[in-house]
Amino acid sequence: MRPFAYEQAGDSSAALRMTANRGASAQYLAGGTNLLDLMKIGVAKPVALVDIGPLRADHASISVDADGLHLGALVRMAEAAEHPDVLRDYPVIAQSLQLAASQQLRNMATLGGNVLQRTRCNYFRDPSWHACNKRDPGTGCAAMDGVNRRLAVLGTSAHCIAHYPGDFANALAALGAEVTLLSPEGTTRRILFEELHRLPGDTPHQETNLHPGELILGFHVPAGPWTRRSLYLKIRDRESYDFAQASAAVALAVVDGTIQQARIGLGGVATKPWRSHAAEAVLQGQRLDEALAHAAAEAAFRDAVTHGENAFKPELGRRTLMRALLQAATMEIQPNA
Amino acid sequence: MPDGKLFGQPAIRIDGRAKVTGRARYPSDEVVANPAWAFLVTSAIARGRIRGFDLQEARAVPGLLDILTHDNVGGEAEKPQPMSGGSTTPTLESDQICHDGQIIGIVVAESFEAAREAAHKVRVDYEVQQASASFDSPGAEEEVREAGEHKDYQVGDAEAAFAAAEVTIDARYGTPTQHHNAIELFTTTCEWRDGKLTVYEPSQFVYGLRGSLAKQLRMEPGDIHVVSRFVGGAFGSKGGITARTAWIAIAARRLNRPVKLVPTRDQGFTIATYRAETRHHIQLGATPDGKLTSFRHEGWEVTSRPSQYNVSGTETTARIYACPNILTKVNLVHADRNTPGFMRAPPDTPYMFPLESAMDELAAALNMDPIELRRINDTQTDPATGKPYSSRCLMRCYDEGAARFGWQRRDARPGTMRDGEWLVGWGCATAAYPANIGPAAARVTLSPEGRARVQIAAHDIGTGAYTVVAITAADRLGLELGQVVVEMGDTDLPAAGLAAGSSHTAGISHAVAKACEGIRARLAEAAVLSNDGPMAGLDPASLVLSAGMLRGPAGQSEEIQKALGRAASGVLEVYAENLPKGVPPDAMGKIYQGQMAMSRGHGREDAITYAFGAQFVEVRVHARTREVRVPRAVGAFASGTIVNPLTAHSQYMGGMIWGIGAALHEATEIDPREARYVNDNIAEYLIPVNSDVRSIEVIMVPEEDSQVNPLGIKGIGEVGIVGMNAAIANAVWHATGRRVRELPIRMEHLL
Repeated sequence: MRPFAYEQAGDSSAALRMTANRGASAQYLAGGTNLLDLMKIGVAKPVALVDIGPLRADHASISVDADGLHLGALVRMAEAAEHPDVLRDYPVIAQSLQLAASQQLRNMATLGGNVLQRTRCNYFRDPSWHACNKRDPGTGCAAMDGVNRRLAVLGTSAHCIAHYPGDFANALAALGAEVTLLSPEGTTRRILFEELHRLPGDTPHQETNLHPGELILGFHVPAGPWTRRSLYLKIRDRESYDFAQASAAVALAVVDGTIQQARIGLGGVATKPWRSHAAEAVLQGQRLDEALAHAAAEAAFRDAVTHGENAFKPELGRRTLMRALLQAATMEIQPNA
Repeated sequence: MPDGKLFGQPAIRIDGRAKVTGRARYPSDEVVANPAWAFLVTSAIARGRIRGFDLQEARAVPGLLDILTHDNVGGEAEKPQPMSGGSTTPTLESDQICHDGQIIGIVVAESFEAAREAAHKVRVDYEVQQASASFDSPGAEEEVREAGEHKDYQVGDAEAAFAAAEVTIDARYGTPTQHHNAIELFTTTCEWRDGKLTVYEPSQFVYGLRGSLAKQLRMEPGDIHVVSRFVGGAFGSKGGITARTAWIAIAARRLNRPVKLVPTRDQGFTIATYRAETRHHIQLGATPDGKLTSFRHEGWEVTSRPSQYNVSGTETTARIYACPNILTKVNLVHADRNTPGFMRAPPDTPYMFPLESAMDELAAALNMDPIELRRINDTQTDPATGKPYSSRCLMRCYDEGAARFGWQRRDARPGTMRDGEWLVGWGCATAAYPANIGPAAARVTLSPEGRARVQIAAHDIGTGAYTVVAITAADRLGLELGQVVVEMGDTDLPAAGLAAGSSHTAGISHAVAKACEGIRARLAEAAVLSNDGPMAGLDPASLVLSAGMLRGPAGQSEEIQKALGRAASGVLEVYAENLPKGVPPDAMGKIYQGQMAMSRGHGREDAITYAFGAQFVEVRVHARTREVRVPRAVGAFASGTIVNPLTAHSQYMGGMIWGIGAALHEATEIDPREARYVNDNIAEYLIPVNSDVRSIEVIMVPEEDSQVNPLGIKGIGEVGIVGMNAAIANAVWHATGRRVRELPIRMEHLL
């Protein structure tokens, strides 16, 4: 057990102040379902935890309006997954949450924390392995030639193939969501959610573009004619409580059988929450059939790089996307209001 | 077959309430005064030696009490002797490292947290050598397993018969490394008092633990007391002693204070045993009408460098089907790994997978229903030895299981039974497990209140053994279940053998029944010899105990308390030992000394004794993404007398559920370069969750067998898993046309 300081912040300005006072390795604590695990296994070593639970008072609302879906960072996964407006208008969001973790974890974990969950690469999660560029920059990567069945095939680099394991973030990326951030100076900025996470490149330890001390306040998913015809398909070894081997977040705006717009996210196969603009471009303006779905899937995985055990993942990813597209195309939906 | 009233009636567990309310004391729950806490330091390399330790940082942790390494305690204990397979790898005896996660140090502190922190601060200077992970690794050493504990079979000329056969199957199969992952971890608590040692540790064999520990610590067994009242899952992993126990005893002696160890989940992968990966080569030859003419089965099993441990499931596969030409062989592959050990149906689970897959392949090649192929080759005589089966109801299991499953609606052509986007497949396979039995002793005490106390150092590893003992005693003594108190899991009690090999219910029921018969006989003798009373002058053998009364043949009866008053001034106590057929005369003594003694289903002179089952599985494979799910499974089993159908149902069902995991989910992943386990936790080592387990139906086919043992008990703990691997693989073939011969079957095999 490594000693660490614990403070509870009553509001966001207190949280910023406490974190600033504690320095670079202080971390915000929300649901704790990932961070506390990583601390117990010796991967995360914060000197201080600033508990932002009380910020739920201001940052835990769910609302749907003409602008889109607004989700506070401290909304629990289960709250968003079960919210009737989300279920009706943004099924891909609800499903991506409902298919993740277990009910107990969804009752604890927050949306802000969920998008920041760390990879499940076992070489990262066990410090007795020396080589991990993500955990200890410059030490190498044990996974490249090791046990890597679950690891990424998209967005990899010569330094890291760790996968981003989450689901919800892929739906956010697909739908062009924005994330609202509060800087330590007290100013807010909004960036595209797709730009929150970084590719590993030669700095896989730097996973996000968050500034030091910056706090996620919430997410905005823009409204669009594609959100109701949307779904999240998650393919995994067992039926529940398992990370995706491949997943697809799909949203389609279809008029008279023609895809006006498509939004495509992929999970379980990439180093970060993944939006496939290439697949979207293939679909736009076309009528969906098996051949078109196949072409979109081909485009989505054109740049895939495999490493032995995960050689099946591009094919699984393609099939997952095809299945999701064909399923979305036949969804019975109410037209958007 | 027993004629009692409680035998065979469903009874809820007598310890169930204690378990669900937290009152049941598992070994690490036992209260000791002022314990210190141990945390293991385990090696981060699989092969090499320790040049030295830097303990400075660890010693500086507040609350640190002691650090044990080979430097300061190496000579104080011998290596433990595994139950099977000869030697094993070292721990603190030397500076050698022989596998990943080997115990190389033990940190003891005032709290668990302090011990853990200090353990993480122990710096080890390793001299690293290239390790061999498994099959095909450079440096792994292969040898033919010598016949000894396990035999090879050669009947006729299998090679010539195979060459001449009109229909043949020639295929290779593999099964993965698996770990038991019982919820309860490998805990140990040691306490010394006046030179005597008490060990609280979950165990499938308390006398075995005591005997081994006495040798390791060079003590008298009588100076060691082992307590294991409840076990939170074992599945074989708590059968043999592991190295940790002696070192925790030494830690407690050094401090003169009780020491508790609760290792972590990942340490459990390397400080105890596991099911090693296996490979198989099967050759079947048959006539066009399906009669087997040749059976060859060669197996390869991984073990540690020094161990000869092997499971040799050819002992079972050689005798399942009638065949005039049989040849079996087993090879060992030594790698830099911890020593494997028993895991649910140790030989039969990995070895029946290839046989029962090959039988399915043969049925397809013959264009024959797989059940009919089994029927054609069914036998009441063991083809490997020519001995008769004491009973064998395999085809009744197939018939009852097939009827329940709806097998006749199966379209034999693969890939034809589709439900929307899902490919549906139906498969079946034979399950078989030897009916084993060990010697056991029991003491039964009847009190003036008409209540009984049964004492036996048996083990309830979650199977319902407490309840089986209570049922047996109540049945024999004519009492209610609630009038029987059972004490188990303690070396102060009369000895019982290893709770393994599906032998325990048979072994302990006979001992308890024998002691109860002693009580009845004493009551009866006193009753007939008395000058008054309804039983005076009767033949004592004609008196029975039932419904709280001693009863005569003509309806005479007397309350059991009154009968007791004639036989004893206070309580009546009977100690009895049961030595089953097939064990040597000194077997009971061996158990007291902590050695294993068991009569095995394939080792008896007079007959081969086995439980059989037929297992049916429906799988669904998504036509596009190829994930496999199991919506339903049916298992029909004939295992002789069922003492408690309620817990028997759970045992069968648990075996079948584990079979789903074994076939589709479970695999310990090993880094091929460093020979280290990678997914050593139950987030990444997948087992089925509730939504993977849909309909599981269990059929208990009635079977009477007075030859297997007097009570006709065959044992049920393991047979339930045995056929599942192949039944699922066969169903996957039926759904997809793909024959997957390597477990676990995953989506990438079917894309």
